Amino acid sequence: MITMNKVSKHYGAFQVLTDCTTHVAKGEVVVVCGPSGSGKSTLIKCVNGLEPFQSGEVTVNGISVGDPRTDLPKLRAHVGMVFQNFELFPHMTIVDNLTVAQVKVLGRDPAEAQDKGMALLDRVGLKVQALKYPGQLSGGQQQRVAIARALAMDPICMLFDEPTSALDPEMINEVLDVMSELAQEGMTMMCVTHEMGFAKRVASRVIFMDQGRIVEDDSKDAFFANPRSDRAQQFLAKILQH
Amino acid sequence: MGYSWNWDVLLQPSATGDGTYLGWMFYGFKMTIGLSLSAWLMALILGALVGVLRTVPNKALSGLAAAYVELFRNIPLLVQLFIWYFVLPELAPAALGDAFKQSNPIVQQFVSALLCLGFFTSARVAEQVRSGINSLPRGQKNAALAIGFTLAQAYRYVMLPMAFRLVVPPLTSEFLNIFKNSAVCSTIGLLELAAEGRQLVDYTAQPYESFIAVTLAYVLINVVVMFAMRRVEAQVRVPGYMGGH
Ligand SMILES: Nc1ncnc2c1ncn2[C@@H]1O[C@H](COP(=O)(O)OP(=O)(O)OP(=O)(O)O)[C@@H](O)[C@H]1O
Ligand SMILES: [Mg+2]
Repeated sequence: MITMNKVSKHYGAFQVLTDCTTHVAKGEVVVVCGPSGSGKSTLIKCVNGLEPFQSGEVTVNGISVGDPRTDLPKLRAHVGMVFQNFELFPHMTIVDNLTVAQVKVLGRDPAEAQDKGMALLDRVGLKVQALKYPGQLSGGQQQRVAIARALAMDPICMLFDEPTSALDPEMINEVLDVMSELAQEGMTMMCVTHEMGFAKRVASRVIFMDQGRIVEDDSKDAFFANPRSDRAQQFLAKILQH
Repeated sequence: MGYSWNWDVLLQPSATGDGTYLGWMFYGFKMTIGLSLSAWLMALILGALVGVLRTVPNKALSGLAAAYVELFRNIPLLVQLFIWYFVLPELAPAALGDAFKQSNPIVQQFVSALLCLGFFTSARVAEQVRSGINSLPRGQKNAALAIGFTLAQAYRYVMLPMAFRLVVPPLTSEFLNIFKNSAVCSTIGLLELAAEGRQLVDYTAQPYESFIAVTLAYVLINVVVMFAMRRVEAQVRVPGYMGGH
């Protein structure tokens, strides 16, 4: 579904990504972790072309992201993305957040889009909030809306960039529950997260990044049982203390 | 030396026999409003366009927009007015320049004043629009692109609606400025409010009444503009949104 082959990116002299190679098969859930500044966000944004890269190749469903002939908006419409800060559109009601792109990008009939939006809101438990505005919802609720907004586009895979790290602790689980459910339904997912409990329960594989390189790319069990690199061992020791 | 107040002078028939002195003032008042509102409309449209262009990734377009802003913002208003009124008709193609010079003098004055105020203010509006767009959270653009919007759609549906809400308060002061700046246009002979004020002083020899009346007219404009812009602000307020003034 997603392949990355020797992807490298630099800002001037600063190397953000170096020869990143990995593959996410259909239905897999891959968790990406690593210290701050290691390039996790940059890596995941290369998948839908939000970050350009200088060398290497990324393909989604066989379509090359870096190819200038690729219709990026069309590709992105089917790659869901969820951000650390939710990024709902603040001037639209919750239900409009879920319908606007269905109508303007996919060309769906507004009534049909609305039905789909309401069904998805119901699914994340927020149907009663449909006519409120994002600023009137809690962080956890906003993030669930953001997930529903991505799902409304019928994505073939989903990207998450630290979806719970801006949330108060008591709201983290409501978001992780939605994500776990998605994973169980077979959604292909690439998640940057430090929620190791989630990784242990849901992930198929874990990627560990350090200084712009993919240092470990292992099955979940192998990664948690016996991380190969010192950096990953230290990282795990630190994060599991909390 | 006591000053003898005489407010009735405003209601007396004017020396030229065309109505009262108050009528003169009202003519200037209408001219100021007509000029300022049409220049404001022009400034809003051009300013929004140029402000957006300043933020696009295309270097040529954003550079062009930056040059536009610098040009119209940094040349003094009075100089710009003289260029529009005195210089450009000479530089324009002969047919156009002559047509301009043969038209009604009031039309000449009004068109020059409109172009001058419109372009000058558009540069200032553009700066406000640009800073409004830049003050949006960076993630908004990414979120809009990630869901499949083209860059144009991201502006249209996501960034501009929020940016315009953010710029309503700074635009209020630009809107007020355009009425004040319109007074400069009396220097090319346009009989707007300030010019009529000076006329009143000359003809009635009652300077205090004349200037007080004109001042009150400007105050009235300010009050109405502020009130209208407050209404706009309240109309577009987003429930639950506390972000960025
Ligand atoms: N526009 C930019 N110009 C220069 N350097 C940048 C830019 N954007 C990111 N970087 C650098 O690239 C590196 C990787 O950034 P990235 O956001 O991908 O890290 P991350 O692993 O997601 O970190 P975090 O856990 O803090 O989110 C960082 O060192 C960052 O400072
Ligand atoms: Mg990050």
